[in-house]
Amino acid sequence: MDLTVLTEHASEIGSGFLVTLWTWGGGVLAGAIVGLIIAVIQLSAGPWVRGVLRCYIEVIRATPFLVQLFLLYYGGPSLGLSLSPMAAGLIGLGIYGSVYFAEIFRTGFTSIPRGQQEAAAMLGMTPWQIIWRVQIPQMLVLILPALVNFTTILGKETPVLSIITVPELTFVLTGIGAETFAYVETLLALCVGYFLLAELCSRLGQWLERRASRYLTQGVRQRGALKPRESAA
Amino acid sequence: MNQSTAKRSAGDVMLEARGMSKRFGEHTVLQDINLSIQRSEVVCLIGPSGSGKSTLLRSLAFLENYDDGEVFVEGELLGYDRARDGRRVRSRPSRLSDVRRNMGMVFQQFNLWPHLSVVENVMEALLRVRGMKSADARRLALTTLEKVGLAEKADAWPNRLSGGQQQRVAIARSLAMSPAIMLFDEPTSALDPELVGEVLQVMRQLAEEGMTMVVVTHEMGFAAKVADRVLFLDQGHIVEQGPPTRLFRHPQSPRLAQFLGNYLERNTLFEAAPAPNHVDD
Repeated sequence: MDLTVLTEHASEIGSGFLVTLWTWGGGVLAGAIVGLIIAVIQLSAGPWVRGVLRCYIEVIRATPFLVQLFLLYYGGPSLGLSLSPMAAGLIGLGIYGSVYFAEIFRTGFTSIPRGQQEAAAMLGMTPWQIIWRVQIPQMLVLILPALVNFTTILGKETPVLSIITVPELTFVLTGIGAETFAYVETLLALCVGYFLLAELCSRLGQWLERRASRYLTQGVRQRGALKPRESAA
Repeated sequence: MNQSTAKRSAGDVMLEARGMSKRFGEHTVLQDINLSIQRSEVVCLIGPSGSGKSTLLRSLAFLENYDDGEVFVEGELLGYDRARDGRRVRSRPSRLSDVRRNMGMVFQQFNLWPHLSVVENVMEALLRVRGMKSADARRLALTTLEKVGLAEKADAWPNRLSGGQQQRVAIARSLAMSPAIMLFDEPTSALDPELVGEVLQVMRQLAEEGMTMVVVTHEMGFAAKVADRVLFLDQGHIVEQGPPTRLFRHPQSPRLAQFLGNYLERNTLFEAAPAPNHVDD
């Protein structure tokens, strides 16, 4: 094994890593925002709109990401939609992720007792204030594991973008492997790269979980970062 | 109809239902409810389970939409707007909030927000709805918590408090918005018997200060001592109403007599009742 092939291509690998990070982050952000919007609309809309959203979710969930991406990138131009590989990749990840995020958020919304919203409404809070200030902070505790889980899965879908030539980590490293015949080294480097990303994601998730569940764990175990808020009862 | 939509002079009638009906599917839960509540009046709604008393209270706040009739809060139609063609359409949330601006509500399950501390629960609407500055909101929240005897719990999480304390926080949260009408939906039904008294005490104090109150309750002792008027509901109708002494001592309808008989020897309500609360079972 000769790891110098990696050090020689360090800058390409680094930029591939950044592109992966960017497509992943962008895909998660787009997917989560669209998913949240879908979930909110599902809660309040009439049966017709809900039916349309249900269809969207079912279709996207039932088809492979690769097929969706091909359809978007290669089929798009025939519908007048010509996208750069990067744009197609981000939009594709966003669409694919949105339905899973929507389902996670929907579960979260339905887990918060209705009375909490009624109390807020009776105090004059607007529907958006109720979502942001009452429902989301509480449901985060419940759905964070699912969110982190799916975010990790979405990260591991980003190599698919290499097929439409997005210069992300897999595209760069398999390219180097093909050029230099150092297949093992590059594939191992790929594993390490994705492991680091997933680990980063999981750490971030743990930190968020601790923050979001303060009101449940408070008094059981105090972390340095958490300000004590209660005099001993 | 026209006169009813016009705003009445401020003053006397705080809350009014006219011919209000409510159905769940085929089942009629409230039928032709007519009710008028004056400023500073304390009205208790009593009745067996399923009689519609909670649904009536929730309809008065439009947490349930009523099907027929009208509800007016200080002269303003609640929950619906008149369209040009005379039909009524459901109000937008902002309009609904505006009509309810002087109305507070306390729930059986408290419904405190568990992710906010006690004082933050009370501050939330002051910040987001009233637009108060944080320091001012905190000051007002603490003053209000003082009133219900819980200022020292300001920084606790709600789920660290007893049920009675949580309900008092919920009352404070409502009171901080300085409502003119307070609705209570079985405020003590989820509490351990020994915690009931502290909540009723706070409610009694509010009544003495002249708050207009509508209370759905099973606490006959409270109804007897604090209410100006008691309404007995059965099967979606107001069967009987009047001052508590008359209703409890001389029930006219057999249904009410039976209901009260199930609760207690009714005369003991007015004789040596040692505690100001909790006379049932």
